[in-house]
Amino acid sequence: MTARSAVLVRGLGKSYRIAKGDRPNRITEALVQRLRHPWQRTTYETFEALQDVDLEIPWGEAVGIVGRNGAGKSTLLKILTRITAPTAGRIELGGRIGSLLEVGTGFHPELTGRENVYLNGTLLGMRRKEIQRRFDEIVDFAGVEKFLDTPVKRYSSGMYVRLAFSVAAHLETEILAIDEVLAVGDAEFQAKSLAKMREAARSGRTVLYVSHQAQTVSALCSSAIFLDRGRLTFQGPVEEALTEYRRTFADFHQAQQDPSRRAGTGELRFTEAQVAEDTMEPTADKVVEFAVGANADVVGQYYVSCHINDANGNVVVQCDSRLVGTWLDPASPQRGALTIKDLWLKPGRYTFDLYLCKAGILDAWEGAGAFEILPKAPYTEVTSDEALSHGMVLADFEYEKW
Amino acid sequence: MTTVITPPGRLNLPAWRELWEAREVLYRFGLRDVILRYRQTAIGVAWVVLQPLAAAGIFAIVFGQVANLSSGAVPYFVFSFAGMLVWNLFNGIVSRASPSLVANQALVAKVFFPRMLVPLSSVLSVLLDFLVASGMLVVLLVLYGIPVGWQVLTLPLWVAAAVVLASGVGLAGAALTVKYRDVNYTLPWLMQILLYATPVAYSLDEVGDLRWLFNLNPLTWLLECFRWAVLGTEMPPAWQMGGIAAVAVAAFLAGTLVFQKMERGFADVI
Repeated sequence: MTARSAVLVRGLGKSYRIAKGDRPNRITEALVQRLRHPWQRTTYETFEALQDVDLEIPWGEAVGIVGRNGAGKSTLLKILTRITAPTAGRIELGGRIGSLLEVGTGFHPELTGRENVYLNGTLLGMRRKEIQRRFDEIVDFAGVEKFLDTPVKRYSSGMYVRLAFSVAAHLETEILAIDEVLAVGDAEFQAKSLAKMREAARSGRTVLYVSHQAQTVSALCSSAIFLDRGRLTFQGPVEEALTEYRRTFADFHQAQQDPSRRAGTGELRFTEAQVAEDTMEPTADKVVEFAVGANADVVGQYYVSCHINDANGNVVVQCDSRLVGTWLDPASPQRGALTIKDLWLKPGRYTFDLYLCKAGILDAWEGAGAFEILPKAPYTEVTSDEALSHGMVLADFEYEKW
Repeated sequence: MTTVITPPGRLNLPAWRELWEAREVLYRFGLRDVILRYRQTAIGVAWVVLQPLAAAGIFAIVFGQVANLSSGAVPYFVFSFAGMLVWNLFNGIVSRASPSLVANQALVAKVFFPRMLVPLSSVLSVLLDFLVASGMLVVLLVLYGIPVGWQVLTLPLWVAAAVVLASGVGLAGAALTVKYRDVNYTLPWLMQILLYATPVAYSLDEVGDLRWLFNLNPLTWLLECFRWAVLGTEMPPAWQMGGIAAVAVAAFLAGTLVFQKMERGFADVI
């Protein structure tokens, strides 16, 4: 390999132009508008998805890309894989780049498994020889030997995803870009996929991995970069990047206190939100209290939704009031409380998001509040921590002996 | 090998080397189209022959019998079948290429490969149809005992012109459809008008005083050249022969430029 580094990015920027007002997407509309206002130029707002990103990745490194939603992680990968073009800057790639952006794109339901392997492999940049050579390996990894000549529309969703992932995982490009696709298939297949990715990094290839899941980033990557609102603010060890990632959550929550900075149409806003108790035992009922302002112009009733997130930003549970038939009237201010029963959370810090929805989202208050679950195991026996280390939540369970 | 990615400039010429390296994609797309078209059909590839046969039959009845137009020395049925053959080649490529990018939306937004290959791949399956239907034409020529002259040797030229011209229009159509879905609705309608504005179902000798108007349409030149080559009808003037080649190349270049200009934005607007 001749190039010194696998990826060299200098001053990379990507901005999207968002037209103000109605933008024609029919030729006739565009013409009519031009005729009516011949001198009017459409005014645009620019949205900087990425700004001034400098990045250098040496060969053989597995780099995790972390950041909150909309920080530009996927945009960065899309530019690196040439799906979309940058608006500024320069990128040098030291080799072929392959991407596993979304499993199964390029699969055609009417084609058989075999035909799809060839079609998809070619699309991802493999040559016919390469596919032929690795065909058995691909099929073997996916475990679909018997169904090779069946159209994939008759596959179970598991088989479909496994085959799609398998094709992409056997790409032999020097650089591999992965966008949150390891979360497919059952646990066994996930473990197999993760091992495959690690093997790729070990064999001197460079892996770029975008994920929200802190766990897989630390399991797979040797270093990480952190993106914050389109800027690269940290590059270095995985643990430090993840710390940075968690820290921005706190900043973000601070900003979200101000209703005008929150997403949503803003026709109605939450005015207050809090948990009844800041610290709780794992088994306690979680009570979230909220208040909403009034707006007589809003027609119809609305519902409230609450997400509980763990420290890594994974949504543990979603509680929509429409699921239990609670609808609120926008004409007058409302107060209420959500009680979550029988949810056993693991010890740690949690945040909750509140959403106010009708047809669309009126108010999205991410990180409306936080609470702590005390490190107390709700079980009768005391054991080592290992007995509690796996899984996202705890559960009320029992064993019977027959 | 180092790949350099920079923001797109004003005028983007396609990266020919990249296109050539990705030719396998073209083949796989073409293969996919061919396989898909006749999978789960009862009579399969027979459709390719049935369609132009039926169209030619109807034209022969409506124009040849009812309207009593003349097709010169050639039987009306063979005359219109030959016309349908070239027309289907042109029409097939244009109307398959134009919606192709949007039909492969997921791919365009998720995977990188030279995007030109998507519309261009529709040429393969249409060309295959053309070959099969040409076989039928050969059968008809033998059945009706129509002699074939030396001019049949120029046939590949006209087929190439039709393919290149249609590809150019198809490329532009595909790129425009990404932004304006109207193309999907306008195009079939335009093609319908063009079918009647081009001497496919009738002979140019029958149009009388309006001949100059028909002669403005490059597709007329194509039809005349094609019929001259296979059926030995009157030889078109040299300017039409040169003209169709020039128009084809120009249309292809223009289509490529339109496509390239819009290409880098596809993933963002599709």
